[in-house]
Amino acid sequence: MTRFIERHPAWALIILIAVALLAWLVFAVWPPALEDAIGRKKIFLNALFNGVTLGGLYFLVASGFTLIFGLMRNVNLAHGSLYLFGGYVGYGISAATGSWILSFVVAFIAVALVGVLLQVLVFRRMEGQDLRQTMVTIGLSIVFADLMLWAVGGDFYQVQTPSWLVGPIELPLMTAVKSSGEAVYLQYPLVRLVIFAASVVIGVAMWLALNRTRIGMMVRAGVDDRDILAATGVRIQLVFVLVFALGAGLAGIAGVVGGTFQSISPGEDTRFLLASLVVVIVGGMGSIPGAALGALIIGLAEQLGSVYIPTYAIVVTFLIMVVVLALRPQGLLARR
Amino acid sequence: MSLIERAHLDADIRTAEPRPAFAVLSVNEHPAAWIVAVLLLIMPLIANGFFLIEIFGQTLILGIIALSLMFLAGYGGMVSLMQLTVAGFAGYMVAVFGVSGNANISLGWPWWLAMPVALVLATLFGTLGGALAVRTEGIYTIMITLAIGAAFFYFTNQNWAIFNGHTGINTVATPHFWGIDWRADIPFYYLTLAIAALCYFAVLYLSRAPFGLALQGVRDNPRRMAALGFNVNAHRVAAYALAAFIAALGGVLQVWDYHQISPGSVAVERCIDILIIAVVGGITRPVGPFIGAFIFVMLRTFALDFLVKIGLDGNRFRLLIGIGFLVIVFWSSDGVVGLYERWRRSGKPAATHPRGGGGHG
Repeated sequence: MTRFIERHPAWALIILIAVALLAWLVFAVWPPALEDAIGRKKIFLNALFNGVTLGGLYFLVASGFTLIFGLMRNVNLAHGSLYLFGGYVGYGISAATGSWILSFVVAFIAVALVGVLLQVLVFRRMEGQDLRQTMVTIGLSIVFADLMLWAVGGDFYQVQTPSWLVGPIELPLMTAVKSSGEAVYLQYPLVRLVIFAASVVIGVAMWLALNRTRIGMMVRAGVDDRDILAATGVRIQLVFVLVFALGAGLAGIAGVVGGTFQSISPGEDTRFLLASLVVVIVGGMGSIPGAALGALIIGLAEQLGSVYIPTYAIVVTFLIMVVVLALRPQGLLARR
Repeated sequence: MSLIERAHLDADIRTAEPRPAFAVLSVNEHPAAWIVAVLLLIMPLIANGFFLIEIFGQTLILGIIALSLMFLAGYGGMVSLMQLTVAGFAGYMVAVFGVSGNANISLGWPWWLAMPVALVLATLFGTLGGALAVRTEGIYTIMITLAIGAAFFYFTNQNWAIFNGHTGINTVATPHFWGIDWRADIPFYYLTLAIAALCYFAVLYLSRAPFGLALQGVRDNPRRMAALGFNVNAHRVAAYALAAFIAALGGVLQVWDYHQISPGSVAVERCIDILIIAVVGGITRPVGPFIGAFIFVMLRTFALDFLVKIGLDGNRFRLLIGIGFLVIVFWSSDGVVGLYERWRRSGKPAATHPRGGGGHG
């Protein structure tokens, strides 16, 4: 942190000012002039919270993608299909048993198993051939998409939110003051906050697992130089399978989350594949903190964009990617 | 990279032997090529409207767009998934500047003004996308170009002022001049054939011209080429510009063929279709994309009937395409062209065909 300030004083100042401005926008009661200029505070806060929670969902999808890429150099363009598959499995379990938590567990296990099968049966056979692996994942995504369309049809499905998470919660954030002097507080869906908290927990757990455990050490060493790691006697194929299973399983969990937030239908696979591509391009390929930062930026840009400049929300996302590529082609938090 | 590299290793072994400059034109050397050329020329005598336009016209148009990808991937080592997006952009520009049923959007320019403007703008668009993509290398290219393609698709879906949202632009006018309706079946077929042939021979020529050779050098060893004084990024961006122009030609023909364009025509699946066409056909030779396009169009048109006939669900056409693509990627690094050449080489002893390389190029 201090090193960053020493090396980039101007950037540190800009970030500090931006954070202060954001904090003021969130906590202060807006003066009438500001409300006239950009609309009511409630709309802004809702967009902000939607953006942050959507960022949590994007992080779940993109972290698996970036983990797999970082270790195996495998651009898994079937990642969106894994997401969609997880969503369908979660929907099926939650509809059959009525348990929301169970649907996460089963979706994680089912999609992780698919990941293991892919790694063992397909990708191990073409190790080190990046482009060929990518082509295979494209072919697989087509096959998966059609198989899922065949199996479940083109309908929209929504995973049932459990009763203890239904409904809004009042947050201690004032959105306005009534003429009687009574403060109005922000109402926000509890389920989105819980899911966001869960994705933060998952992110921190992944960071700890990567940086504080023996397996994590092997994975990091594998990212740096997998040949040397293999030469030191580590069973690298096992590490590969584990990482692929974890990445795929995260996509499966994200599918259930996406099914609860929004809905799942054919075409969502492409949408979330694009989201994870942009997130990891912005954040930096193969970096978990990068995926978190990228997901936050893209989620916020998408939601704030769709509120304030509705027709150009996608363009904002895309422009962010262009600017990052132009200034820092390796991504914001990549180590290179 | 290895898919391309391995395929090129094969191709290099074949092309390493000296060959006369005009080997392409000798009848004895390439009887198959000449038969195909003659067949294509007299096609209107054989095929009726449906086959002429829906099969052969579509094959040529998709072949042109896939050819631009083959040029980038085969000679430049850059797998770009945005070639269809460039084509779609050109199509949209023709519809926006030219005459169409959506009078509130189209500017109503005559075709001879709208088409060049569309070509120029699409080339610019592709060049800018390429300039962005060359900032990173290898496997990242595929991701960035896919992101560009997807962003364009979502943008056309959301934007109503220029692209008319998800309904797109309908009843786009097609050119009439010299007393000919160029969208009538036979003139349109010859127009498409002429442009396809032009693009094909242009790519064939470029692959042996200094620019193409330098580009192949950049593909094989960018650091060495940079050390030799070549501007690596300039060559790559120039390749993107040229590929964008070829794709834009295909896109203009596409919109004239269908009379309409909508976000569905630039969807991500369509972008990936182009990659499938190029890879299935073979990305080491300019003829590959056309062969791939022919297979793709035949499958797209007849897979339904075929699947129903053998007692399966006719809607599983994409499954068939996906599995076919996987099979090709698994077993042949050089697509159908590679399979053909392997079969030819195994069929004859090596001495009987000293020039080695078959096909067209």
